[in-house]
Amino acid sequence: MVSHDDVKYVARLARLKLAGPELERYAEQLSGILDHINKIAELDLEEVKPTSHVISITNVFREDTVRPSAPPAAALDNGPEIESGAFRVPPILDTEEQ
Amino acid sequence: MTVAGLIELNALEAAERLQNGEFSAVELVEAYLGQIRRHDPAILAYLRVSEENARLEAEAIDAAPDRPPLGGLPAAVKDVLVTEGIVTTCASRMLENYRPIYTATCIRQMRRAGMIILGKTNMDEFAMGSSTENSAFGPTHNPWDLDRVPGGSSGGSAAAVAAREALWALGSDTGGSIRQPAAFCGVVGLKPTYGSVSRYGLVAFASSFDQVGPITRTVSDAALMLRHLVGKDPRDSTSIAYPKEILIPEDRDLSGLRIGVIRELVGEGIDAGVMAVFDQTVKNLAIAGAEIVESSLPHAEYALPAYYILAPAEASANLARFDGVRYGLRAAGAAGITEMYETTRSRGFGDEVKRRIMLGTYALSSGYYDAYYGRSQKVRTLIVEDFQKAFGAADLLISPTAPTTAFRLGEKTGDPLTMYMSDICTIPVNLAGLPAISIPAGLSDGLPVGLQIIGPAFSENRLLAAARGAELAIGFDAAPPLGEVS
Amino acid sequence: MTAGYEAVIGLEIHVELSTESKMFCGCRVEFGGEPNTRTCPVCAAHPGALPVINEKAIDYLARIALSLDCDIPPGSIFHRKNYFYPDLPKGYQISQYDQPFAIEGHLDISVDEEDIRVGIERVHMEEDTAKNIHAGASGRIAGALYSLIDFNRSGTPLVEIVTKPEIHSPQSARVFLNKLKNLLKYLEVSDCNMEEGSLRCDANVSVRPAGSSELGVKTELKNMNSFKHLEKGLAREIERQTGLLAAGERVVQQTVHFDFATGEVTPMRSKEFAHDYRYFPEPDLAPLVANQEFVDRIAASMPELPDARAGRYRRDFGLTPYNAEVMTSDRKLSDFFEECVRHFNDPKLVSNWLMGELLGYLNATGGELADCLVKPASLAELLGMIESGKISNAVGKEVFAEMCQSGKKAAAIVEAKGLTQISDTAELEAIIDAVLAENPEQVAQYRAGRDKLFGFFVGMVMKKTRGRANPQVINTLLKEKLS
Repeated sequence: MVSHDDVKYVARLARLKLAGPELERYAEQLSGILDHINKIAELDLEEVKPTSHVISITNVFREDTVRPSAPPAAALDNGPEIESGAFRVPPILDTEEQ
Repeated sequence: MTVAGLIELNALEAAERLQNGEFSAVELVEAYLGQIRRHDPAILAYLRVSEENARLEAEAIDAAPDRPPLGGLPAAVKDVLVTEGIVTTCASRMLENYRPIYTATCIRQMRRAGMIILGKTNMDEFAMGSSTENSAFGPTHNPWDLDRVPGGSSGGSAAAVAAREALWALGSDTGGSIRQPAAFCGVVGLKPTYGSVSRYGLVAFASSFDQVGPITRTVSDAALMLRHLVGKDPRDSTSIAYPKEILIPEDRDLSGLRIGVIRELVGEGIDAGVMAVFDQTVKNLAIAGAEIVESSLPHAEYALPAYYILAPAEASANLARFDGVRYGLRAAGAAGITEMYETTRSRGFGDEVKRRIMLGTYALSSGYYDAYYGRSQKVRTLIVEDFQKAFGAADLLISPTAPTTAFRLGEKTGDPLTMYMSDICTIPVNLAGLPAISIPAGLSDGLPVGLQIIGPAFSENRLLAAARGAELAIGFDAAPPLGEVS
Repeated sequence: MTAGYEAVIGLEIHVELSTESKMFCGCRVEFGGEPNTRTCPVCAAHPGALPVINEKAIDYLARIALSLDCDIPPGSIFHRKNYFYPDLPKGYQISQYDQPFAIEGHLDISVDEEDIRVGIERVHMEEDTAKNIHAGASGRIAGALYSLIDFNRSGTPLVEIVTKPEIHSPQSARVFLNKLKNLLKYLEVSDCNMEEGSLRCDANVSVRPAGSSELGVKTELKNMNSFKHLEKGLAREIERQTGLLAAGERVVQQTVHFDFATGEVTPMRSKEFAHDYRYFPEPDLAPLVANQEFVDRIAASMPELPDARAGRYRRDFGLTPYNAEVMTSDRKLSDFFEECVRHFNDPKLVSNWLMGELLGYLNATGGELADCLVKPASLAELLGMIESGKISNAVGKEVFAEMCQSGKKAAAIVEAKGLTQISDTAELEAIIDAVLAENPEQVAQYRAGRDKLFGFFVGMVMKKTRGRANPQVINTLLKEKLS
């Protein structure tokens, strides 16, 4: 079961704001989906190696050469708030420091 | 040739006649723009039609001394592929006005070959969904029955091809998003081997699954488009030089091919109507010379659960860049950065996207990783091994593409899990990164049913040859009942 | 440090590599410049963009790992480290987590004549973040009205080096960081400019009763970005923790801020949420495989390392440990030294000249050895002139200063200025006679027993010859004349 607190915690990690009834709905839906997903718990996977890439490629590199960067207009064009050539954001409060 | 005649040509035919000068690229584009004007108000396959651009490009191609191989063939492009200067939204409020500063590699390749972009097609938001109902800009309607969904997430592309609003289209497939809508709309949809088409410029949903592919009217058209899509892209570390040239399949029967029916993907959970068409198709394949064998993917039932951990987990990270800082929606008036993030993302993302972000974040969060993500990666290994074993005894595998035909709009929106089940036959393929194609196999109650054919990695030529053989054996020639709209 | 307690320090060092282009895209790596002029879809995280690994960055990473004597496991992978912050455009940092590139190395340092081996826990590759500029009264994050984000730095290749908690004093920490910095510069993988942030250091500190083998509760000191900061901050934090323990109180695990101006250590406000980075394998990148062939190739491309070189200087050249260390603190200096020795085979004298004159000159002018106008062969020529007695040692130093400024050869300067040493007895005799004639009083006093005045006469002769007189000849002649 996914609790309200779980949903709140996860929503916070994902930077999503969920209001009261939404919390309820998400808790219920996620529980339902996870119930189904928990099917994988019945498998014995002790000896199985995990797969993170389906193709077996290694050491894919690029040469250390400089390519043109985006022109300033393009780099900033989509910015919701631009000031002095930089992206402006609301203040980063103490509690948000990484 | 009449306008109606023009849009009935498939891509190979159109290419040949354009080369012969029987009509111009401008005429072909105009024919499609006309069809879009007539039918798209009801179908809503497109989010944006680039009329002016399409005309200009067609004129340029007509004026050029040499016509490139796909010169003048107009295509619809799923709005998940970025196009420089052309708004690309992923059917999300988050990117409602986003103008990309570069163009996806696969689009650049297609354009270099002469393809013309008619417009950008509707989809489930960020490619998450199986019905195109998760588009922030309203659902697309199935040309076979406007009350039904076209499937998803590439529903706009499939509907456009089915309704002759595009000669062909580009889609993307993470768990079935090309094949399932192709099945629902009675067209051909191919998901290539993971790594064969560049993902650079494909807005990522689940990076280890996503693959771009063609949605076309015929198998040969799919081969033609794929030939120009594949290739190693230095900008995509997971792309691979395709080992050989993609060939246009010859018209031949299926003799000498062992085709395995995947036991776990037929029977229970598949609608009777779909099964009836599938069973008949198997008979037709046998008549055409295929040796039909029974195959098994013993862990198939675990594919969907594993997929719904791994794909949302990757998605939760892939969608973190939509934070209101550099582009896209920004909620105004926030006092601090966290409030800005939360408000922006809550307003910008729709329900299903939020649900998957939540699911993926949960699965990766401290204390749950091993039980969910870690185990799912191991299930993925089992699925890969299942396919390897199955291909030991069969050249190709088949199943229905989807367990149902196109369902009614709104029918499954209330229950996410039921919606997820719509991809039960297609998801195992993505977990293993294999190529698979859906071709129309017949109708059930007037709605198309798809046959899915799956091949080993990089066996596209074999897959396409068999699909062409199956296409001939099936002889599907129905078309959606498009009313004459003035 | 209060008796009875031992400090335990581990350092986490971030090094920006000096590659031409960024870690995952072709944007130029450079400090400063107009904001957001070196970004692209990849490093500004536009939808659909994908990372591709810069091969040079991996070569540099391998050099660092090998120079720290690390094990390089056959395979490593990249992970996504997920958190939201405006300087992190993708919402995750591509980093390495449970399979880092290199593990289990060490760096040997010498503190107060004591040799200390500091273990290296891991060395891994990641990417740097963008830069936040906090607008408001203080320019600091607290109280800022808003922030401006410049993505020029975003995606710069960053290597993280984590030591084991095997450093036990602030001084050792400083010596370690200094040696590491010299090593990295020597390898030419980073400019290690602490002011510009290309070398950054965090420290984990705990204190325990002396003799205990258990670790105490640690705090993290962030951004110890100068050697002074590091040493003072650590000293202050150790003092604070020791005070707590001595008073029977407990240390709280937290991140602390050291204010260099006030010398105070204050806790940063605790986070609302504990970090939950949700690491998972980066699907956009292929695994790194460092097979023997790869490791051999990098090893073959490595220069002789400073410690090995210093050992050779002590053994073959008879340098003191101190001189050997200084001569190998910088690769260019080391190369300069060896080339000079090839032309003038007196390594001790060469090293003394380099330490006294050359480094002194560079320190005074803030110049770089690479730009120095004196080349090894010309310094050797100068030393040869002194050895042969053509010029005096004192004149030699004068000539060296001139060489630094003009880039002229020693011989040319000596010639032009007439600085050749005067050893000619007749010429010097005349000068000495003149000096004695001009200073009859001092001559009288000397003869009356004031021996100390001998130096006065030498000085006067030197003054008249502008330092060119051969000191031995003056000594002999003066003694004769005054006796």
